[in-house]
Amino acid sequence: MSDPVLAVDGLSIAFQTRRGPLPAVRDLSFSVGRGEMLAIVGESGCGKSLTALALLGLVPPPGRVTGGTVRLEGRDLLALDEAALRHVRGARISMIFQEPMTALNPVLTVGEQIMEAILEHEPVSRKAARERTLALLERVRIPDPARRFAEYPHRMSGGMRQRVMIAMALAGAPAVLVADEPTTALDVTIQAQILSLIDELRREQGTAVVFITHDLGVVSRYVDRVLVMYAGRKVEERDTRDLFADPFHPYTKGLIAAQPRGLAARPQAGPGPAGVARERLTEIPGTVPALAAMPPGCAFAPRCPLADDRCVRTVPPPRPAGSGLVACHHAGESHAI
Amino acid sequence: MRSDTATPVLSVSGLSVDYGTARGVVHALDDVSFDLAPGETLGIVGESGCGKSTLARAIVRLTDPSAGTIRLGEKDITHASRRDLRAARRDIQMVLQDPAASLDPRWTVGELLAEPLAIHRIGSRADRRGRVADLLRKVGLPPEAAGRRPHEFSGGQRQRIGIARALALEPKIVVLDEPVSALDVSVQAQILNLLTDLQRTLGVSFLFIGHDLSVVEYISDRVAVMYLGRIVELGDRDSLWRRPAHPYTRALLDAAPRIDGPAAPAGPGLTGDTPSPYDLPPGCRFHTRCPNATDLCRHEAPATRELSPGHLVACHFPDTGAEPSSSARFGSGI
Repeated sequence: MSDPVLAVDGLSIAFQTRRGPLPAVRDLSFSVGRGEMLAIVGESGCGKSLTALALLGLVPPPGRVTGGTVRLEGRDLLALDEAALRHVRGARISMIFQEPMTALNPVLTVGEQIMEAILEHEPVSRKAARERTLALLERVRIPDPARRFAEYPHRMSGGMRQRVMIAMALAGAPAVLVADEPTTALDVTIQAQILSLIDELRREQGTAVVFITHDLGVVSRYVDRVLVMYAGRKVEERDTRDLFADPFHPYTKGLIAAQPRGLAARPQAGPGPAGVARERLTEIPGTVPALAAMPPGCAFAPRCPLADDRCVRTVPPPRPAGSGLVACHHAGESHAI
Repeated sequence: MRSDTATPVLSVSGLSVDYGTARGVVHALDDVSFDLAPGETLGIVGESGCGKSTLARAIVRLTDPSAGTIRLGEKDITHASRRDLRAARRDIQMVLQDPAASLDPRWTVGELLAEPLAIHRIGSRADRRGRVADLLRKVGLPPEAAGRRPHEFSGGQRQRIGIARALALEPKIVVLDEPVSALDVSVQAQILNLLTDLQRTLGVSFLFIGHDLSVVEYISDRVAVMYLGRIVELGDRDSLWRRPAHPYTRALLDAAPRIDGPAAPAGPGLTGDTPSPYDLPPGCRFHTRCPNATDLCRHEAPATRELSPGHLVACHFPDTGAEPSSSARFGSGI
């Protein structure tokens, strides 16, 4: 990628506790280009949501960014003061969340809220802002925008609210949209509508999207490149198709193997209880280590079938592999699993 | 529904549930019928408001049905008294999405697992201790777990405790309401494997309610698809996934991306939201979102019919696989 819109380098985030800092995100680097959709995937506690918040300077205490840079169109956001950050937020980078109600004001109509978002960043008349708002509502496919303009968020369905939040996020025509599990609370047919909308926006407007999710199925359909996190670190970053066809990191392999397979992969023999074929799912043994008990070497070593002395002692640095990067001492051999 | 199998352990017929609320009456469940065979897993899928959780609650009689019957084996429990219900609950148990909500945090795991036995006056104190150890082993927890409290366990382990508690009375049926929805995928795999193993060794039947289609597909022998309080399609898993006959089933399968599935949805997807259960559309409840809807669909609710043995669908123009869905549009002239 010649000129990324967003470039994160060596990002580290720690929770400040009485017993000292607990690192939650460590030495994370990635970049996203114009119109590209990058997914950050991983299980609970891997640091993906904290990373998303850090991109907008929104890490809540006791969390704190302890190192690294977040360059948006060349400018390091982490070096900006709160006033300057507020200027950038909403205008050049904005965020949508799993539950829109946390971001929407329940006592303002959706139209007023979007207008406010426009007026905050641009010196336009209220009339112009109102017209832009209607256009935005239409842009996110909200039927009958003029009527919806005057409606309160709680009167809307979850899918409609998510559309309103996207309209608000787009008010300043940002270069980057950070989407943290935007469809996790939605029904699957509504999820499909919202994801196609986001996909369409980035294709037509060139918005770069950082998409935080735990859903590998969603990733496989909508995303260009995937970054897999485990216990606060990037363990693998690949083009989506390559990642699913041939994952390098043992954790990525485990995640993919743990997913129930469809018709095509179903065994013909081996009847289950009522005569239906069912192959065992691959489990990842054990659990993610607690932040306070992170092993000194590779954090996945205690659960990894390939772990040896080196893995227990030293953290594997990300190194080039195929279309991306992998952080595993055994990456070359792990094909053998 | 399944004439070739033994007497069903559970038989639900014409079941309806209405809720009176401040905003009016909600017909949460409308004329739902199915059987559950011994050792079988029936999956129930559908989106918010489809009635799948109401169905679960009605079957264990936490909600009173307004019509229809629920039979456990030969016994009609639709209007069973409190005392009769207590006996019935030995045979039918429930596991919820969030085990923490159903496990009293002040009790030890041992006490939680022994309680159902004590209520039903099963065994001596010592017997129950032995039974608790046995239950823990069955769900893959160490015997020491008996002395600890639920909050000391991870989400996956807590779900194991919830499953152990449901199995304490050796029920014939366990109703699982979104049991893995709150779990990470690696833990989800552990619990799904555990359920499969338990069913194989104990011969228990599962009614598995879920919204994740790949999970329901994995665990189920047969699947019922629900939309706004009705079963719109019911069939064995593979025929449903290979040849979905109801346009809603097809749309659901299309909308849910999976890593080993097609890169793009096969169809344009459904537009619009699910109608409010307070204000149900006339005719077929799916007609407001259905790509094939005709005047008939707008006015007349489709009856449930059997497309092939065991494959039921409630649609005026089901996709029978003979012709593409144009056959449905052709029907609009009738």
